[in-house]
Amino acid sequence: MTDLPPHPGERHPGERRVALEARGLTKLYRMGAVEVAALRGVDVALYAGELAVLLGPSGSGKSTLLNILGGLDVPTGGRVLFDGREITGASERALNRYRRHHVGFVFQFYNLIPSLTARENVALVTEIARDPMPPEEALALVGLAARLDHFPAQLSGGEQQRVAIARAIAKRPDLLLCDEPTGALDSATGILVLDAILRVNRELGTTTALITHNAVIAEVADRVLRFADGRIVETQLNETRRTAAELAW
Amino acid sequence: MSGMTSLNRKLLRELWQLKAQVLAIALVIASGAALLIMALTTIEALEQTTTAYYERTRFADVFAEVKRAPERLAREIAAIPGVRLVETRIVEGAILDLPDFDEPVVGRLISLPEQGPQLLNTLVLRSGRLAAPNRPDEVVVSEPFAEAHRLGPGDSFGAVLRGRRRTLHVVGTALSPEFVYAIAPGGLMPDDQRFGVLWMGRDALAAAFDLKESFDSVTLALLRGADARDVIARLDVLLAPYGGTGAYDRSDQISNWFLQNEIVQQKNLSRLMPTIFLAVAAFLTNMVMTRLIATGRREIGLLKAFGYGDGTIAWHYAKMVLLIGGIGVLLGALVGAWLGHWNTRLYAEFYRFPFLLYRPGPTSFVAAALVSLGSALAGSLLAVRRAVVLPPAEAMLPPSPPSYRRSRLSDTVFARALDEPTRMILRRLLRWPLRSFLASAGLALSVAVLIMALQWLDAVDALVDSYFVEGQHQDATVAFTDLQPIAAVGSFERLPGVLSAEPYRSVPARLVHGHLSAREAITGVPAGAILSPVHDARRGRIEMPPDGLLLSRTLADLLQAKVGDQLSVEVLEGRRPRLRLPVVRIFDTYIGKPAYMEFGALNRAMRDGRVVSGLQVALDGAAQAVFLKRLKEIPDVAGILFRQAGIAKFYETMGETMFIFVGFFVAFAATLSVGVTYNSIRIALSERARELATLRVLGFSRWEISYILLGEIGLLTWLAIPLGCLLGFALAWYLTSAFGSELFRVPLVILDATYGKAALIALASTVACAAVVRRRLDHLDLIAVLKTRE
Repeated sequence: MTDLPPHPGERHPGERRVALEARGLTKLYRMGAVEVAALRGVDVALYAGELAVLLGPSGSGKSTLLNILGGLDVPTGGRVLFDGREITGASERALNRYRRHHVGFVFQFYNLIPSLTARENVALVTEIARDPMPPEEALALVGLAARLDHFPAQLSGGEQQRVAIARAIAKRPDLLLCDEPTGALDSATGILVLDAILRVNRELGTTTALITHNAVIAEVADRVLRFADGRIVETQLNETRRTAAELAW
Repeated sequence: MSGMTSLNRKLLRELWQLKAQVLAIALVIASGAALLIMALTTIEALEQTTTAYYERTRFADVFAEVKRAPERLAREIAAIPGVRLVETRIVEGAILDLPDFDEPVVGRLISLPEQGPQLLNTLVLRSGRLAAPNRPDEVVVSEPFAEAHRLGPGDSFGAVLRGRRRTLHVVGTALSPEFVYAIAPGGLMPDDQRFGVLWMGRDALAAAFDLKESFDSVTLALLRGADARDVIARLDVLLAPYGGTGAYDRSDQISNWFLQNEIVQQKNLSRLMPTIFLAVAAFLTNMVMTRLIATGRREIGLLKAFGYGDGTIAWHYAKMVLLIGGIGVLLGALVGAWLGHWNTRLYAEFYRFPFLLYRPGPTSFVAAALVSLGSALAGSLLAVRRAVVLPPAEAMLPPSPPSYRRSRLSDTVFARALDEPTRMILRRLLRWPLRSFLASAGLALSVAVLIMALQWLDAVDALVDSYFVEGQHQDATVAFTDLQPIAAVGSFERLPGVLSAEPYRSVPARLVHGHLSAREAITGVPAGAILSPVHDARRGRIEMPPDGLLLSRTLADLLQAKVGDQLSVEVLEGRRPRLRLPVVRIFDTYIGKPAYMEFGALNRAMRDGRVVSGLQVALDGAAQAVFLKRLKEIPDVAGILFRQAGIAKFYETMGETMFIFVGFFVAFAATLSVGVTYNSIRIALSERARELATLRVLGFSRWEISYILLGEIGLLTWLAIPLGCLLGFALAWYLTSAFGSELFRVPLVILDATYGKAALIALASTVACAAVVRRRLDHLDLIAVLKTRE
């Protein structure tokens, strides 16, 4: 795994283990007669316990990459290795197992189940997980210990997103993938949500990848991968990470 | 296409996207429309054919039988005001001996005028010619009878006329408007093997039955606008001294009465069945339109922001409904016209018409289209209204997440034991109880229609069981041409093969109660009768009270008579006494509207001495052939009915009509069930695609999310089954009461197995729909649903 060719300009942050790596990823979408390349050869590695931010304008391919890393989509070319095992070309069943046991997702629009309370939304995942934490613990971690029995309709947007984070991390995933988690929130609420993600990353050591087009948010990351036109054009290592409370946008 | 507005293009594309659902609704509408068109065109064809047939053959308006009246009386009858034509004739019974048939056959002999053509009830010759004058052995036979025995011109068979054996030669076959429904006296169903109509020269018949210069039957045609009741009253007065049994008009003529009854039943059918299907279609359109408009909120807001008016938007969605309805009506019209033609042809075989007029006018189709489209529009009215009242700004906002709440049940041990997917299913049901109930009700309706259709089979079994098996124990019923002394019982019992014989007396009468009256024979049954006692469909065998009348409920209702009332009885034979008899009991029976009295009491009231009209006989199966052979030679036997043949004929006739209809209804009900189920699941799928995709992303497998989606419809189906059974019972109850006529009451009997069959068919269609929709879950776009709000 260490024989991976380093990405141009990439610096190794110490001796950390590689949790997930992608090599030569390409993704073509056929839209009618034209083919659109969403990814044009991406090499990337996520190190265990790090928080990486994927920064770039919309349409730059960052969501496509996240979807492929999370086992939601398959690349046109290239490979994805999780813990040394190849997940590209795996069966639908295997991908499902991969998502169930190893990956936690947080979406821009929360995607909570409206018919279930906060606790039950989290329990939905812990019921099928191998070694989950109790739903109450996950919700306490995101600061919602007091709102366990509220339904999504009774929660604010920020609270709903924090339930979604609790739902994603309750199964103790190896990877936490967040697609614009603050995209639908105002800045103050967004900071609360970001804080929850940082806390999970810090306290549980969950490898986290976070997509945003908000450059300010990148300041909380260990590494920032800048996307443009289907490629990673720049990798930036933050010497000092800022806390969520220090941010403002 | 270039002239099409963008809005219309949007409409067509949306319909194309929903094509499977559109087809499911259209099929349900088509079922309703097809049933309606089938019933309406069948009624139209039956009425047109009947009218044309009666006109062409000059079917008489008034009929009367008499013992023996002198021919000169004809002139007096013709002088009755309102009478246009009079034709006297001789109508007699005979036992026929067909070479190909062991049992004796009941023949009805009708005279043809010696000179000139028939004035009324003219024959339609189907082959050969009419009997020639002065050829006493020539007969024309009814076509169905000829077909049943493979008779044609040139064939001959034996007959016993008034105890004298003759050989008759067939010279032609014909159909008569008097025997569209050819039924033996006392029979229930046409039995062309055991009953035949023969026409022969008047002189030959007069000679055989000793009726020279006399007649025993007369038929009249009335002038337009004449009062039939007045003519009948005057005719009765003229015929009374000669043994008249009471004149009657067309509506009481047996063949016509059956035919009119059938038309009435078709009319009932045309009201009830399509109503059910169209109600379900309306419900389905509502379901789909509500959902379509809910997901199209943003577009509606946008259209309004562009300046489209409320009217335009309402019309846009109305057009969508009309298009779906239009497809349904078109399919329904094609299927309905085909079914109607087929149905009419079936009737034409059963009711013997020489020709068939199936020329459905536009009325039936227009009516069916209006009713179907109207019900679809009515069903979508609420949904369209909701679209129209949406303020543009609000329409542009995504709908807020539906609010759920924990019910008290959430804290129970039971609730805590549930897993989250199951909790999701239950909460959705409880959150939209009305929607859940309606979806369940739609499924329940299909179960109900199935039960209603399948119930007919149970009912026919129950009817046969009650009437023929529990109620009757004789093997055959023998009717005499004239009253016989009671000693006939003993002489019959001595015949080979006869185990026992039981007498009965039948007295034609008009029963009068206040201003109400009914023609019905009073049957005398001996006390302690074993072979053919009076049988109450609910309580079983009834012990004969020593005196007074036992009325069937139908007759009692007709006369508004109850136990204790005195009826005035105008006897229509012999001395024609007028009696006053008390009603002592009312009983239930499924067939006819009989009246009974104790055998001895009836004879005493008639003051005829101890006489019998006929016998109920029990036969020794082994010696039956010998008995039948002897019976063909016995004089004074007018007819014989075999119980077993009656049952067989009953089932055979039912098989030709009812079973086929049950098949149709089962097919239509399955369509209905598929329509509701498929639409429910598809709507649930489109409402929940995002939720299900989220679950897939969270690591749920296809089967696990299938459970969440299909568990709901599965649960609704289970709820629908008991509800459907209840509704089915109610529908069956309504249908059996709507179908009740003087001839038939259909018992309300539903076997457990019938509920089971209906439930299984409904479950099977749910499983089939679920399997089809489930495949779509394999193609959920996990990425797209997560990225955007719907």
